[in-house]
Amino acid sequence: MNGIPFDLQILNVLAALFLLLSFSMLAQRRIVTLVNLLAIQGLILFIATVLLAWRTGETHLYLSAALTLGLKVIGLPWLLHQLIRKLDVYWDTEPLINPSATMLIGLLIVIFAFGLAQPISALASTATRNTLGIAIAVILLAFLTMITRRKAMSQVVGFLSMENGLFFGAMSATYGMPMVVELGVALDVLVAMLVLGVFFFQIREQFDSLDLRHFETLKEDE
Amino acid sequence: MDLLLLLSAPLIGAAILGVWGARRWAPDGNVIFSLATFGAACAVTVRVVKYGNILIAREQFFIDPFNVFLVALTTFVGLTTSLFSRPYMRIEAEHGRLSPARLRLYHSMYQLFIWSMLVALTTNNLGLMWVAMEAATLSTVLLVTLYRTPASLEAGWKYFILCGVGIAQALFGTMLVYFAAEKLLGSEGVTALLWTHLDVVKRQLEPNVLSLAFVFLLAGYGTKVGLVPLHNWLPDAHAEGPTPISAVLSGLLLNVAMYAVVRCKVLVEGSLQSSLPSNMLMSFGLSSVVVAAFLLWRQRDIKRLFAYSSIEHMGIIAFAFGMGGPVANFAALLHMTVHSLTKSAIFFTVGHASQKAGSQLIEDIRGLITLSPTIGWGLMLGTLAILGMPPFGVFASEFLILTTAMKDHAWATPILLLALGVAFAAVFGKVQPMVFGETSARRLPHPPALLPVFAHLGLVLMLGVYIPPYLANWYREAARFIGGQ
Amino acid sequence: MTLSAFAYQLLEIILGVITAPVLLGWVNQCRAWLQNRSAPSLWQPYRSLHKLFYKQAVLAENASPLFRVAPYVVFGTMVLVVAIVPSLETRLPFTVAADAIALVGLLATARVFLSLAAMDIGAAFGTLGARREMMIGFLAEPALLMVLFVAAMISQTTSLPLIAERLSSESLALYPSLAFTAVAFAMVLLAENARIPIDNPATHLELTMIHEATLLEYSARHLALMEWAASLKLYNYVCIGITLFLPFGVATQSQGTTGLALAIVALALKLLVAGSSLALFETVSAKLRIFRAPEFLATAFLLAVLGMLVHLLLGA
Repeated sequence: MNGIPFDLQILNVLAALFLLLSFSMLAQRRIVTLVNLLAIQGLILFIATVLLAWRTGETHLYLSAALTLGLKVIGLPWLLHQLIRKLDVYWDTEPLINPSATMLIGLLIVIFAFGLAQPISALASTATRNTLGIAIAVILLAFLTMITRRKAMSQVVGFLSMENGLFFGAMSATYGMPMVVELGVALDVLVAMLVLGVFFFQIREQFDSLDLRHFETLKEDE
Repeated sequence: MDLLLLLSAPLIGAAILGVWGARRWAPDGNVIFSLATFGAACAVTVRVVKYGNILIAREQFFIDPFNVFLVALTTFVGLTTSLFSRPYMRIEAEHGRLSPARLRLYHSMYQLFIWSMLVALTTNNLGLMWVAMEAATLSTVLLVTLYRTPASLEAGWKYFILCGVGIAQALFGTMLVYFAAEKLLGSEGVTALLWTHLDVVKRQLEPNVLSLAFVFLLAGYGTKVGLVPLHNWLPDAHAEGPTPISAVLSGLLLNVAMYAVVRCKVLVEGSLQSSLPSNMLMSFGLSSVVVAAFLLWRQRDIKRLFAYSSIEHMGIIAFAFGMGGPVANFAALLHMTVHSLTKSAIFFTVGHASQKAGSQLIEDIRGLITLSPTIGWGLMLGTLAILGMPPFGVFASEFLILTTAMKDHAWATPILLLALGVAFAAVFGKVQPMVFGETSARRLPHPPALLPVFAHLGLVLMLGVYIPPYLANWYREAARFIGGQ
Repeated sequence: MTLSAFAYQLLEIILGVITAPVLLGWVNQCRAWLQNRSAPSLWQPYRSLHKLFYKQAVLAENASPLFRVAPYVVFGTMVLVVAIVPSLETRLPFTVAADAIALVGLLATARVFLSLAAMDIGAAFGTLGARREMMIGFLAEPALLMVLFVAAMISQTTSLPLIAERLSSESLALYPSLAFTAVAFAMVLLAENARIPIDNPATHLELTMIHEATLLEYSARHLALMEWAASLKLYNYVCIGITLFLPFGVATQSQGTTGLALAIVALALKLLVAGSSLALFETVSAKLRIFRAPEFLATAFLLAVLGMLVHLLLGA
């Protein structure tokens, strides 16, 4: 640890916090808090990207950081807060699996992700290669968050958290994807959120709630 | 120039129809833009056949025999579907199921959907391909929920979330490919994501990373292909959206997703020098065929029935690409063509049939042959074609696939045959009373568009009997390029 | 081991045993201040102990010898733990004799005796308390062990004095894993010492109490010993925390008497800070329902394991 320069130590701390936030999102049932956690996660991603840009001198990382700040820290959380207010959804119902069990599954996922990342990290030449495991873990944990939730809004937050994990992974393995791709992905995410916004209103209009328990009619044994 | 037209026509169409999509002429406008796109695609095709591969716009776009045939197919089905949707959507609007705003949304998104598929097909950049695939999902989500019924909202939600999650996996896979390539090609610019460059160095790519990447890519794009067990969204999205959308989803989007999988497979196979990707594709394919064949028995909704049939055929295609080699690849490409032609034709007839009956339930649709012989025969012939009856093209491709399987993977042949038999019995048993039998249907206010149906079926019939030499050459070249085993 | 080492060891033990009730007094005082009450004296715990020692012990008729022995065992164990935790100097006879895992074992011994004694009389509340105590212990122990493992992995040893030496001799470095485990440890500390949010040390409501319920049958000197042992437990946990996460200032063998004097000052400061932050935390948080306690401790365990995983992955 002593051999590692200080900025990388900070990056490691940020990565650890990134992971911790994923777990808090897994446990959180208040949707407003969930969105705030998402914003904080975006903020950590932003700080990490700026730090990395400063360290490596790659200008496109600054752009990517600006994109993260605009979209993931400010834009989307704001949009989600608006939606929460307009649609009046504040709490998720009891999760499908009890929280402690979810946490344990989460831990197993983290171990799995770290194992998965090991061979890749060994090949990477970036200074941040170790954090790749954390990125994979965050992606899978976000997936778990989506699976264990009933409310549409929480599932969307899980989806966005997954995107955060993907960006973090891209950053730690290769200092980010080419700019064209990052722009495209960001655009897609933005459009996805707009589509969702429309979608939420349609769902609410139809069901008077955003609870996905209504969504159990299309099954094979109709 | 022709390529520029190819990519700009649908985009301009989307913009124009986004504003005036509810006018009386909008359906015709839709057809005109589709026609322009198809014309451009023909020009591009001619150019590729004459002068070989095209690589333009700073190498961002790349056309070779493999994707040009899909481009041609996509624009052709896009055109015929727009022809079909002209009377279909008018009838829907007159029934009061669609408001002008939704009609505008429909027309605009239809063009946007075609555009994003064309970008996904022609781009040389794996990242851009991902972006276009995601755009294709997003443009159709709101189309699936066009009717705003509870079931359609559920279907749309499933479609959005499952494909969103799936495609996120694919992004991760793309990232891993970039990661492996960056070492060889450098991180300057986007070279490390350009398919043409990757293809050159594929043997030196790190196999460990690429095999992991392929798992993610297959899971991601495989979700969009509708491979079992990632198929849950597919029947719902097909059944609940408007029928033209079902036709293009089934006939085109699945093909494009399959195209993405195959592109990735070529790279990974080059790097791994092992049969891991082939085996994965084969097992996914086989499980899709079997599961879908048995699920066909339980369907009561006609569009769901044919959605499951799509899963089954995508499974066959995946299996064939998995086997690899010139014959199997040839057969897979042929199967992609005939499947998308036949399936969209079937959806056209099914669309009109259910409009007549006012229901999508199989038991409510009866006696099509007495009321509207053309629709009845269209459905019957389409069903026979999709079930692999000779002399239709599906028979030819399935026959090729089965014989290759018998030669290389004998164990799989009985499973495939059994599944095909089960599927035949299930689908035929359900469609037969719909076509013959007592009628209860009403007349439609607009004459149905049957030209697309019979054009498609005619083409499928032709491909079953005679494949024109340039087309065969084309397939062969694409098959050789996909390679494998 | 020189004679001076034994002298220092004795000093450490005596200092610990004396300081423990004062620490408790300090926490209570801070709490009172934070709640705008007039604070009890710092020496209040001593006064109660004094009072209890002078009272006549009353025992239930069916009390077994175990019931009488338990206070001495519990108190003795706690004193032993004081000896083992290197709060003042690292290389002392007792501190090097047992490692972190033995320490957990000792704490468990004390818990077993406490619970057995609580059930001994057969009264309902005692049994209830014992059961709850065991439940908390059963959940907290893995978390505590995990915390110790992380520290052990970072410094490559399970011996507490060596851990303290390694960590205090390093130049300043950011350890996210240690930060996670520190939070986990704080949660374990709260649960194990019957503090809010798991238990309320000031409660008189039998249905919600955990630790107090186990002591209901005790009186006079037995109760005094038990109370003293409880304050020692708090002291010990704080000292373990200091050893693992803030070992700076602890004396090593080479530093002699001045080092020891400095260590005493450092320890006193750290205890003051720890006590006041404990009081602050207790004031701002509410007691959890007993059914939520498993979640609380599962979180602690999770944090500790995460700390370990992060350490394995990042090497930090």
